[in-house]
Amino acid sequence: MKATVYTGRNSVEVQEVPDPQILNSRDAVVKVTSTAICGSDLHLYDGYVPMVKKGDIFGHEFMGEVTDVGADVENLKPGDRVVVPFPIACGACNACQAQLYAACENSNPNAGRAEKLWGHSIAGVFGYSHILGGYPGGQAEAARVPFADVGPLKIESDLTDEDVLFLSDILPTGYMGAEMCDIQPGDVVAVWGAGPVGLFAAASARMLGAERVIVIDRFEYRLNRALTGARADDVIDYEAQPDVVEELKELTGGRGPDACIDAVGLEAHHAHGVVHAYDRVKQATRMETERPHALREAIMACRNGGIVSVIGVYGGFLDKFPMGAVINRGLTIRAGQCHVQRDMRPLLERIERGEIDPTFVISHQMSLDQASEGYETFKHKQDDCVKVVLKP
Amino acid sequence: MESGANVERLSRFLSVFSLGLGTAQLASPQLVNRMAGIRDDATSRLWQRLVGVRELVAFAAIEAERPRPRRALWMRFAGDAKDLTLLTLAYRARRASTPRLIGAMANVAGIAALDLYAAMQASRVPEEPSEEEVMHVKAAITVRKPREEVYRFWRDLENLPSFMNHVESVEGNGNGRSHWKVKAPAGATVEWDAEVVEDRPGEALVWRSVEGSGIQNAGAVRFVDAPRNQGTEVHVEFDYGVPGGRLAEAVAKLFGEEPTQQAKDDLRRFKQVLETGFVVISEGSPEGSTARRHLKQRPGQPPEQAPAQEPSPTAVQVTAEDGERPAAEGGPQ
Repeated sequence: MKATVYTGRNSVEVQEVPDPQILNSRDAVVKVTSTAICGSDLHLYDGYVPMVKKGDIFGHEFMGEVTDVGADVENLKPGDRVVVPFPIACGACNACQAQLYAACENSNPNAGRAEKLWGHSIAGVFGYSHILGGYPGGQAEAARVPFADVGPLKIESDLTDEDVLFLSDILPTGYMGAEMCDIQPGDVVAVWGAGPVGLFAAASARMLGAERVIVIDRFEYRLNRALTGARADDVIDYEAQPDVVEELKELTGGRGPDACIDAVGLEAHHAHGVVHAYDRVKQATRMETERPHALREAIMACRNGGIVSVIGVYGGFLDKFPMGAVINRGLTIRAGQCHVQRDMRPLLERIERGEIDPTFVISHQMSLDQASEGYETFKHKQDDCVKVVLKP
Repeated sequence: MESGANVERLSRFLSVFSLGLGTAQLASPQLVNRMAGIRDDATSRLWQRLVGVRELVAFAAIEAERPRPRRALWMRFAGDAKDLTLLTLAYRARRASTPRLIGAMANVAGIAALDLYAAMQASRVPEEPSEEEVMHVKAAITVRKPREEVYRFWRDLENLPSFMNHVESVEGNGNGRSHWKVKAPAGATVEWDAEVVEDRPGEALVWRSVEGSGIQNAGAVRFVDAPRNQGTEVHVEFDYGVPGGRLAEAVAKLFGEEPTQQAKDDLRRFKQVLETGFVVISEGSPEGSTARRHLKQRPGQPPEQAPAQEPSPTAVQVTAEDGERPAAEGGPQ
């Protein structure tokens, strides 16, 4: 089959690789009909995630048709149409039983390595480095899906692939970002990053009853999508208005937003060249693993006693973390990889009821063969790129 | 091995001390006599030279017997006793300066105390420590299954190879004994017989290897209810002799064979077998969780061959003893 294979920093190629096969009795094989490039795939592509190997197949957002199931998979049969959640979860451990699927205790065979970096391991993830298991991803013609009796969501209505594909990751992730804000009537929510996850976080904050939603980015075309697609009230272009904290005070009568969502993660940009260069150099020389401007700014901007919700991905250690602001002003930091298996069914119902139309983030449709071009277009934000969907 | 390190440091100091004093006594006995407050004459110089020779012998003996100079240190202590006798005699017959002579006696007494301590420490260390070190390993995990079931799975020793990566087979041969075959580094196999010395059903299992085993080992596994119905805490602790000592251990670590990591990986697989029904594998780690594989991953790509052509113990499903696959209640389906 054809698959998107990592061939070195800033390079992926679509190559011929062996077909996936059932390795365990709870596996299924899915013929991929739609897959997408995630912003977090760019962290792999840019070389900021440890333990990525040449030859790895990328992709953790995919859906398709079941073609084969293991002996113990009773809920699926060949021909079923499924969306596959990005965390691989066993369903039986204490974390899964508490619905913390992204923290599954059994699905990462390389848990020993993850433990060294993070203290404890989390779930294995499709196509997301060997520290998260070394599983092949779904930017391919087919993929093996472990614990197929727990993860995949069957789609039985006539919704299109585009309507439901993002249930695999970015829609539940954005939604969880908003849900962690514990939104009360009258709340103002600010979202850093108008990429697909930030857009879904903004749309979800709206859906969960925020009084006002403010989105921060530096690309006008993305901020426009925030206003139209995600129905944000205000946007801040931080290149035009570099003092975001001051700007947010202005927009909130001096209080600051009640909740701040970081949907940017470890490769943030900073409007001020010197500050950006400082973190850029430290990250490039591996003195810190992150460039955490968005998170620093979210903490500084948040109102006293407010919530900072982190769904942008970080890999390891960051510096200049404003802990003084967190403790002295009583902020709550909530964070997490999304427990997709928990949120995908309620979100499917919201899509069916027309409460949210996830297709508004799509800017590019390409064939799987064009994956390499898709990565470049997405990375450099060429051609007003927001989200690339690949069709095998 | 704290006392071992102590012995090494102390004996190095004492050896240098012997060399320095002996050289001074041979080269300039009159100077040593003056410093010790002894009247300087032919007799006392002769004694100084004789003691100096003995100090140099002590130096050579310590160096030859490194790293644990047990005999040389006892010899030094005997020498100290003799020196104190000589100084006492000098106090009576050849005293030049009372405070200096008393100071010299105090010095010898202090050194004697050090020699005695070092000799006793060196004697406590086993005879051939460089050939075998005792490793202590501890690991714990929580398994979401009732305590009785977790205990029973472990108690059936023939289940152990399904999650212990290095264990090829365990055969019970009645009378509480079992025969173990274990993969050792560099493709070798080690075998031994072990016996269960304590068996508290649902609570603990204590074992040790029987006399004459290739690898001496002893350990215990305890099963404790986890709070809030989270299942069972499994606590494992064991000691075993590492053939080849520290060097072999360091080499093994380089190849990802660190014993504590291995024990943790084994417990992780134990948990997987009980909770999910099998050892969880990925294309990057086709044997499941192993320290060695953590260092040398396959690419995240499907394998070339069908699993049937590539037999691996982990590709075979291992079912919990009631043969029932753990249900995924609470899942979204």
